[in-house]
Amino acid sequence: MWSWVGHRVTGVVIFFFLLVHVLDTALVRVDPGAYDAVISAYKNPVMALGEFALVAAILFHAFNGLRLILVDFLKQGPRIQRQLFWTVMVIWVIALAGFGARHLTLAFTGGGH
Amino acid sequence: MTTQIDAPRTPRMDPKYNRSRKSRTNFEMIAWLFMRLSGVVLIVLIFGHLISNLLVGQGVHAIDFGFVAGKWANPLWQVWDLTMLWLAMLHGTNGVRTIINDYAEKDRTRFWLKGVLYVVAAFILLLGTMVIFTFDPCIDPTAAQAYNFCPHN
Repeated sequence: MWSWVGHRVTGVVIFFFLLVHVLDTALVRVDPGAYDAVISAYKNPVMALGEFALVAAILFHAFNGLRLILVDFLKQGPRIQRQLFWTVMVIWVIALAGFGARHLTLAFTGGGH
Repeated sequence: MTTQIDAPRTPRMDPKYNRSRKSRTNFEMIAWLFMRLSGVVLIVLIFGHLISNLLVGQGVHAIDFGFVAGKWANPLWQVWDLTMLWLAMLHGTNGVRTIINDYAEKDRTRFWLKGVLYVVAAFILLLGTMVIFTFDPCIDPTAAQAYNFCPHN
């Protein structure tokens, strides 16, 4: 039940980011300076926390999506869905910790800029 | 005291929950299958996108116009980004369509919400596709100096 709510909420969040992300990337077709100015907004530490939250949503949606596929297509899938859910949570925390360590270090140390 | 819960898709389902007229196609089954297939491919494409843009080298600090030009000089990344754009937009649009069908109870509300969704999705999809196909690294004066394929004047 809560994994289902989480899947919907993260899906909607990712979809709206995707709309914005295509729009900001479209600036490469308009003006290099405008693109660089908008992208520089992604490089400040506050946005880095937003990027961390976005990647948290993406990783949850990805791993829980794989769990849904296993539940749908494996013969014993529905019977082991609870074990699969906790497997998803463990993989999610580990992957997110790895991403966070690298991305937040880069963002907060300035990366040579 | 026991409660009788009907199995999903039972014919005894209350008709008020059935929001579509009988369909001759199995569009919903195709959509269901598409979500699973595109989901698996998107995991590969988006994880690769995040790794190459945020985790290697200087990460987010390396991203600027020249970074994009460098990536799109490689046909692999052109195909990668175009596939990712189309699969992600179709996957996301179908997901939001499902949510609208679930929560918007009035026929008119569903019609308008889905109308807005499809117009916005089509616009973003066509814009993104146009940008990938018509991208020109030479509009950056410093890049134009560096690349010998840019017209000099």
